[in-house]
Amino acid sequence: MTTDTSAPTALRHDPLVRGLGLASALLGVPQVATPGGFVRQLGLADGPRQRMATVAVGVRELTAAAGLLGRPHPAWLWSRVGGDLVDLTLLATALRRHDGRGVARTAAATAGTAAVTAADVYAAVTRTRWRTPVELTAATTVAKHPDETYELWSGLERLPEFMAHLAEVRITGPRTSHWTASAPFGRTVEWDAETTQDVPGQLIAWRSAQGAVVGNSGEVRFHPAPGGHGTEVQVTLRYSLPAGPLGRAVARYFGEEPHQQLDDDLRRFKQIAEAGEVIRSEGAPGGKRARAEFPQHPAQPLTEDELREVRS
Amino acid sequence: MKANCWAGPDSVEVRDVPEPALLNSRDAIVRVTSTAICGSDLHLLDGYVPTMQDGDVLGHEFMGEVVETGPGMTDGKLRPGDRVVVPFPIACGACASCRAELYSCCENTNPNAGLAEKFFGHPTAGIYGYSHLTGGFAGGQAQYARVVLADVNALKIESDLTDEQVLFLSDILPTGYMGAEMCDIQEGDVVAVWGAGPVGQFAMDSARVLGAERVIAIDKETYRLEMAAAEGYTTIDFEDVDVRSALLELTGGRGPDKCVDAVGLEATHGATHVRLYDRAKQAVRSETGRPHALRQAITSCRSGGIVSVVGVYGGLLDKFPAGAWMNRSLTLRAGQCHVHRYMKQLLRLIEQRRIDPTRVITHRLPLSEAPRGYELFKNKEDGCEKVVLTP
Ligand SMILES: NC(=O)c1ccc[n+]([C@@H]2O[C@H](COP(=O)([O-])OP(=O)(O)OC[C@H]3O[C@@H](n4cnc5c(N)ncnc54)[C@H](O)[C@@H]3O)[C@@H](O)[C@H]2O)c1
Ligand SMILES: [Zn+2]
Ligand SMILES: [Zn+2]
Repeated sequence: MTTDTSAPTALRHDPLVRGLGLASALLGVPQVATPGGFVRQLGLADGPRQRMATVAVGVRELTAAAGLLGRPHPAWLWSRVGGDLVDLTLLATALRRHDGRGVARTAAATAGTAAVTAADVYAAVTRTRWRTPVELTAATTVAKHPDETYELWSGLERLPEFMAHLAEVRITGPRTSHWTASAPFGRTVEWDAETTQDVPGQLIAWRSAQGAVVGNSGEVRFHPAPGGHGTEVQVTLRYSLPAGPLGRAVARYFGEEPHQQLDDDLRRFKQIAEAGEVIRSEGAPGGKRARAEFPQHPAQPLTEDELREVRS
Repeated sequence: MKANCWAGPDSVEVRDVPEPALLNSRDAIVRVTSTAICGSDLHLLDGYVPTMQDGDVLGHEFMGEVVETGPGMTDGKLRPGDRVVVPFPIACGACASCRAELYSCCENTNPNAGLAEKFFGHPTAGIYGYSHLTGGFAGGQAQYARVVLADVNALKIESDLTDEQVLFLSDILPTGYMGAEMCDIQEGDVVAVWGAGPVGQFAMDSARVLGAERVIAIDKETYRLEMAAAEGYTTIDFEDVDVRSALLELTGGRGPDKCVDAVGLEATHGATHVRLYDRAKQAVRSETGRPHALRQAITSCRSGGIVSVVGVYGGLLDKFPAGAWMNRSLTLRAGQCHVHRYMKQLLRLIEQRRIDPTRVITHRLPLSEAPRGYELFKNKEDGCEKVVLTP
C-alpha cells in the first residue's frame, strides 16, 4: 500500500508550499556559498567539521527548494520535516557543548528551527492525501445480446447476487441508490450512490455520494462481441481506502488480490446471464462466497443445519 | 445414506453422509442404481490431483432414477420416476463452449473457476466427485446423488436396456469414442491405442466402428491384451518388446496413421531406468505426469498423422518430444470428453448392438465393498478390467 499522490498541480499554486520552498532556497544559498559566515551567524565556533555539515544541510535545502517550487509533491514536504529533525538534533548537541560565546544566537536559531518544523509538519500532514486509490478492471464475454446483458445489470438490485461483498442495493430515486456491503468484523458499510451515466445497451457509470467511508466509483461497458457472439462486459472499479489500520483491515478483507475478487464477481454475473443463477456445489454451497471458503466444505451433501445456513 | 469417500491418498472409505439436497433450481436428486470406478478415480486415489479433501464423495459414472426435481424444472423435461444416465462433466448448455458442443469446457459450472484458471490458464467445467479444482461437487458412488442443472445433464433412457448396457454412456464409452473420433479415421487407417483399460477398449471398438482397417492395442497386462485380442485387435506387450519397433514392423515401416493415448499421467515404462527417472521427477513434483505413452505415440505416429489424447494429464510434463511433433507435421488433439455430444448417437449404436459396453465388466460389487473394488482395479488383481457398484 502506498500513501498519497496528491495532484502536483494543486500543490504548485499552494501558498504554504511555495512559501516553504522559498524559505528552503533562502536558507540554502548562504549555507552553500559562505558556510563559515553562516556558522558564525548561529553563534557557533567555526571549523572544518562545522563548515562541511553546513554545506551538506545547504545542499539538502536547495534540493527541497527545487522540488517544492519545480515539481511539487508531498514527499518534498516530508523530506523537509526529516531535515528539520536532523537540524534540531545538531543544534541541541551544539547547545549542550556550547562554550558560552553567542549562545543566545544559537538558542534563537533553535527556537526558529522548531517553529519551522511545526510549519513543515502542518504542511506535510495537510497536503498528503491519506487515501490509497485502487483501480480494478475485469472483463468477460456473455452469450447474450448487449441489450439483455445491460438490462440485467442496470436493475442494480441483482448485483448482490453475484458481487461477493455486496449485501443489498436499493433504488432510492431516478439516479440514486443506497448500497450496503459487508465489512470486516461482521459489520456493514452503507453509502449512497449516484448514477452518473446511463446509456441503454452500452454503459452504466456510478459514483458514491460525498461522505462515503470507502469512496468509490465505477463503470461497466457493454460492447457487441466480434462475430455477433454476445457481449463483452468491461468493468472498472475505483475506490480509495482510508490509510492506517482501518484501510489495512478493509484491504485484507477484500482479499490479497482484489482483482481476482472482481473476476469472480464477473464470472457469477455471466452464470446468472447464461445459466440463470449462480452455480452451487457441495464444496462451495454459498455460491458467491466460494473463494473465501478454502478449505471448503467437503464435496459431500450438506447436513440440515448447513443447508439452513446456506439458504438463509 | 452410504457413500464412498476419499479419505486421503491411497484410501477410500464407505461412510454415512447426509442425503443430497437441491442447491440450484434446475437440479434433480437421483436414486443411484449403478455406478462405476474409473481410471480417473485412480488418479485421485493416488493423490495426483490437487485440492481433494477428506470426505469428498467420489464417483462420476452413475445412473439412476429421478426422485425429486427442483422448482426451476418447469418444462417437464425430467420427472420423478425417469431413468437417467448422468454425463460426468457438468454443462450449462448456454455458454459459448456449450453451444460449440465443448461441454467439458463449460464456462459456468465450476464454482472454483478462479482456482482452475490458475492451473489451466482458463477454467474448465465442473465434474462430479473429481476434486475441488473441478468445483467440489459430490460424486455418484453413493445411494443418492444431486444432478446439477439436470435438464441439461441427464440422458433419459426410455428403452428396456439394462443398467450395465447404458451406464458407461456417462463417461468411458463416449471418452473412448471421442479418442477415436479425434483421429479423423480414413479408409485403410491403422490405429494404435495405448492402454487396454476400459477407455482404451472402447477407443478400439470405436475406431473399428469408424472404419479403421486395423487396430493395435498396447499394454502390459496380459489379461487386458487378451480381452483386446478376443475382439480381433492386434496386441503389443510393452514389457516384452520395444513398442516403436513393433509398430513399425506391423505397418511396413510407416508407423500407425493414428494414435490414441488412453493411459494418461500414471503410465509405466518397459525399461526400468526410464520408469524410475520419471517416477522420481513426479515424486518431487518437477513434473506432474509420467508421459511414457504420449512420448511413444508421438515418436511412433507416421508423419502427418494424428495423436489423440484422452488419458488424463494435470500439470507439466518433462521431455515432451516437441521436435517430432513439429517437424513431422503431427496433429495433437485432446480433451476431457464432451460426453453430451455423443450420448444419443452411442445409445443408438448400443441399441443396434454395434457396440457392447458390457464386455469390459469383470466385477460387480455392492457399494459397501467399494474400497475392495478400488484395490482390485488399481492393482489389476483377479483379472479386473471394470468394476460396477450397486448401492
Ligand atoms: N478424457 C476423458 O474424458 C477421460 C475420461 C475417462 C478416463 N480418462 C482417462 O483415461 C485413462 C484410462 O482410463 P481407464 O479407465 O481405462 O484406466 P486404467 O487405469 O484401467 O487403464 C490404463 C491402462 O494403461 C496401461 N498402461 C500403463 N502404462 C502404459 C504404457 N506406457 N503404454 C501402454 N499402456 C500403458 C495400464 O496397464 C492400464 O491397463 C486415464 O488416464 C483416465 O483418467 C479420460
Ligand atoms: Zn471417468
Ligand atoms: Zn456451458
